[in-house]
Amino acid sequence: MAAEKKCFDVLIVGGGPAGLAAAHRSARAGASTGIVDDNPALGGQIWRGETPHNKSEAAKWLNLPRTHVEILTGTHVFHADARSRTLFAESRLANFELHYNHLILATGARERFLPFPGWTLPNVMAAGGLQAMAKSGLAIRGKRIVVAGTGPLLLAVAAYLAKHGANVTMICEQASFTRLVRFGLGLAAQPSKIVQALGLRRDLAGVPFSANTWPMKAKGNGVLQSVVLSRNGHTQELACDYLACGFHLVPNIELLALLGCNIRNGFVEVDEFQKTSVENVYCAGEPTAIGGLESSLLEGEIAALSATGLQDATGALRHKRGKLSSFATRLETAFTIRPDLRTLCEADTIVCRCEDVVHGRLTPHPSWRAAKLHTRCGMGPCQGRVCGPATEFLFGWQPDSVRPPIYPARFESLAFVEHELGA
Amino acid sequence: MPESTRIVVNGEEISTQPGATIAAVLASRGIACRRSVTGDLRGPLCGMGICYECRVEINGIPNCRSCQTICEPGMEVSTGGG
Repeated sequence: MAAEKKCFDVLIVGGGPAGLAAAHRSARAGASTGIVDDNPALGGQIWRGETPHNKSEAAKWLNLPRTHVEILTGTHVFHADARSRTLFAESRLANFELHYNHLILATGARERFLPFPGWTLPNVMAAGGLQAMAKSGLAIRGKRIVVAGTGPLLLAVAAYLAKHGANVTMICEQASFTRLVRFGLGLAAQPSKIVQALGLRRDLAGVPFSANTWPMKAKGNGVLQSVVLSRNGHTQELACDYLACGFHLVPNIELLALLGCNIRNGFVEVDEFQKTSVENVYCAGEPTAIGGLESSLLEGEIAALSATGLQDATGALRHKRGKLSSFATRLETAFTIRPDLRTLCEADTIVCRCEDVVHGRLTPHPSWRAAKLHTRCGMGPCQGRVCGPATEFLFGWQPDSVRPPIYPARFESLAFVEHELGA
Repeated sequence: MPESTRIVVNGEEISTQPGATIAAVLASRGIACRRSVTGDLRGPLCGMGICYECRVEINGIPNCRSCQTICEPGMEVSTGGG
């Protein structure tokens, strides 16, 4: 398998809104631009399945000028070397050595998962995960689906599923009604977000919404059959075909951490021009704060302007970005996970799905590192991306330093890195 | 674009809608992707390439993430691996 070497003035990792906005600005500035994304197509999770050919907001951004932008989809970056400004990546059929002058990381976020008995059964999926699957061909028409967890994503997912013919049995939000009202009213300062919320109303008509409600157990013999909920202090069992369950979002910061960018409280530190602490490395979108679509687009544009020497042209964008800055904090407050969810696991409930490490084996350990060494928790192919945020919530464990490769990679890809870096 | 893409799953030929991922095709038919290290059946969780629960063998290559792989005509998929 040959390795392809490519050089870009501006290299962007992540083809969601932040990455696409960066690619547009970078191309417009005349820079040779590359955009790499692990998914089969650009758009990120929010615009999965959208095409550049219709008149949607997504299409406007997906329509990249191919003369200036090289697109590498289905390609994931597994190693980086800041000193030689090189990323190493692989696709299903090739591996790549990508050189850059400026690097913009728009790696997005993933859902936070919390373990409870039965959460490893087939058909218990992430909330956004089930939506992504539905957009990718999963048949959901007529299926009974319970959407549970926390965060605004639950509403967007439920609306999509209902609109496409699913029978959304209930939306279960663990946050209290009081917190939700406080959050809802606080949104008055940001009209476009309210429109977004109202836009979902028609699709959600008739779908029961219940605050103070969370999954305690998923039941089924080899495949999901029902979910037991805690609902306002009572238990209730609902039969379902799918449980779509996610607890807000956590940023994908592994690549940034590997490059040595400063991380604070789990998020990447950037200045007002989206520069990280590492020279020529910028960050845009969710890794800086879970701020939503508008912030991500603005940050992508600001990052690319900064990277192409047009920092002076960022004033208006930074002003708009500033107005949205409190949104992430307010989301975090409204959707704080209640301590009750720490008590769902039984001793034999799996926490690390890659290595099948159960809760009872983790409790004796004082730290993430100790647990990894003694139980292999977090040592499987997902590298702790699922159980790391879970154990942080359950036990207060902090993540370890990030080591390459940050994704499982083929042996010949790793051998190639060794050859190139002499590592 | 063809109306359907035919792939082979565990030796059985099935037709899929164009553009569908292997994970979506398997889940629609109730086929689990893999066995966990203690032998439980598992299917996709994150749907976006993070969790590696949807690993299957594709054209003889093990540990491919089926949620990130679009069906191509004639692809041979085996499930139930570790």
